[in-house]
Amino acid sequence: MKVLEIQSLHKSFGGLKVIDDLSFSVERGERLALIGPNGAGKTTVFNLITGVYPVDSGKVLLEGGEITAVPSRYRIRRGLARTFQNIRLMQHLTVLENAMITQYARQPGVTAMLQPVGFGRANRWREEARAALAQAGLAAYAGEPAGALPYGIQKRIELVRALLAGPRVLLLDEPAAGLNPAETEALHQALESIATRGMTLVVVEHDMEFVGRLCKRVVVLNFGVKIAEGSVDEIRADPRVREAYLGTDDCGTEAHAA
Amino acid sequence: MSGYLESVLVLLAINTILAYAAFLPMVAGQLNLGVAAFVAIGAYSGGYLSQTFGMHPVAAALAAMLVSAVIGWLVAFPILRTRGIYLALATFALNQVVQGAILNMNVVGGASGYPVPAHIGFGVVAAFAVAVVVLVVLLFHTRFGISVTAVRDDESAADLMGLSVRGLQSAAFTAGAALAGVAGALYAHHFNYIEAQNYGALFSIYIVLYVLLGGTQTVFGPLLGAAVFTLLPEMLRGSAAWRYVIFACLIIAIMALRPQGVVTGQLLRRLLR
Repeated sequence: MKVLEIQSLHKSFGGLKVIDDLSFSVERGERLALIGPNGAGKTTVFNLITGVYPVDSGKVLLEGGEITAVPSRYRIRRGLARTFQNIRLMQHLTVLENAMITQYARQPGVTAMLQPVGFGRANRWREEARAALAQAGLAAYAGEPAGALPYGIQKRIELVRALLAGPRVLLLDEPAAGLNPAETEALHQALESIATRGMTLVVVEHDMEFVGRLCKRVVVLNFGVKIAEGSVDEIRADPRVREAYLGTDDCGTEAHAA
Repeated sequence: MSGYLESVLVLLAINTILAYAAFLPMVAGQLNLGVAAFVAIGAYSGGYLSQTFGMHPVAAALAAMLVSAVIGWLVAFPILRTRGIYLALATFALNQVVQGAILNMNVVGGASGYPVPAHIGFGVVAAFAVAVVVLVVLLFHTRFGISVTAVRDDESAADLMGLSVRGLQSAAFTAGAALAGVAGALYAHHFNYIEAQNYGALFSIYIVLYVLLGGTQTVFGPLLGAAVFTLLPEMLRGSAAWRYVIFACLIIAIMALRPQGVVTGQLLRRLLR
């Protein structure tokens, strides 16, 4: 079953076509990578799926239901959570409080908003967030202000925060960027275990080794157009993909001549 | 209790409520320079209700809180379309408009002030202040506390996390207006005389300073700020004409040494450890 489906999406900023007739879909439990050179429109695709920008035309379907016009804040309640390319943790909240923000998506409403979460040791939501942090090896940071922590730690907190929304589809925007090899390996393990529990993953990533290990299928974007789709090996062999990343042979010769 | 001590304590109680009136919008990222407008609305509507309709002064104070909250909620819609310094200017302008309107309303005495005969004693004012402190502390232990800070830190990320940015912002603004209103009504009924000249933007700036000095990071900052701003000038009373000079120098010194405010989350964690 298709859990996320993009149908002929268009988006322009001014006269610039950023996304041009883009369609792809993701099966339940699948791990799809979205790759492409810088400026190809990968993050814009995430922003259109999560409703940061309205689409010019086209449709976004989540579990068969159209969400193109659903306000961005309601999409996470439908099971669509994301992380950000540039980490966006709340500076004035502790790590634990950051993790707890998204729990609201599972139980929204004024009553839930006024529910105490800060008192006592046995608060359900607080304990759940604590356990999730502990599982990610972040228990020691729970009480720290989020903004002062190292980059790699902050990335892991963002992942925990997205997971606590209880999503069925997780959009990860360059999760491995800026991580050292050990951190990348830990991230891979964490995503593998999340995925085996049935989560659908859509990953924007430049690290092709990481993509190759995690994802079975890849969609390649260039200037907002889908230029290839297939397994990692297929897209590696695709001349259009090589051209998008490395330029044409003609360009190469000219550069040498000059 | 001497009359002097009592009036200092009443001011302390009222200033504490006012500090939270400025604190609530500030944690949502709004520098509200119109707090005094809501104090005036509360003072005048409370005074009018008890005088004209013979309402019990405490009931009038609660009704004034409601009036102020409703007006705050209504003006929140246009005002919260602005951000940062523009929001500060918009609330500043609101303060001027409200003050100017009251100065021209003869039904409440206009520029000659408005006597409010019904009286609210120290005990009730203090009880209100305690209740406000307890309620705000409780409020910041709910999901609202986390959510409103999230909105201040990153509006668009908070939205994507499922929070209603507009809802939280207007809730914070409205709650601040409600507290300012009840503080105004309590002042009116304790001191029995109000005049619109006192509710200018300078008064708003003072209230905002309570919070900035005490610290915006925790719920206890405003409490300390209000206490310092109320008690310090009184303690310096011995130095007569120079007391405001000394007071101002002390404030500058605190601001220079603790730009993040006196009470911070880090400080509390260290003390509680």
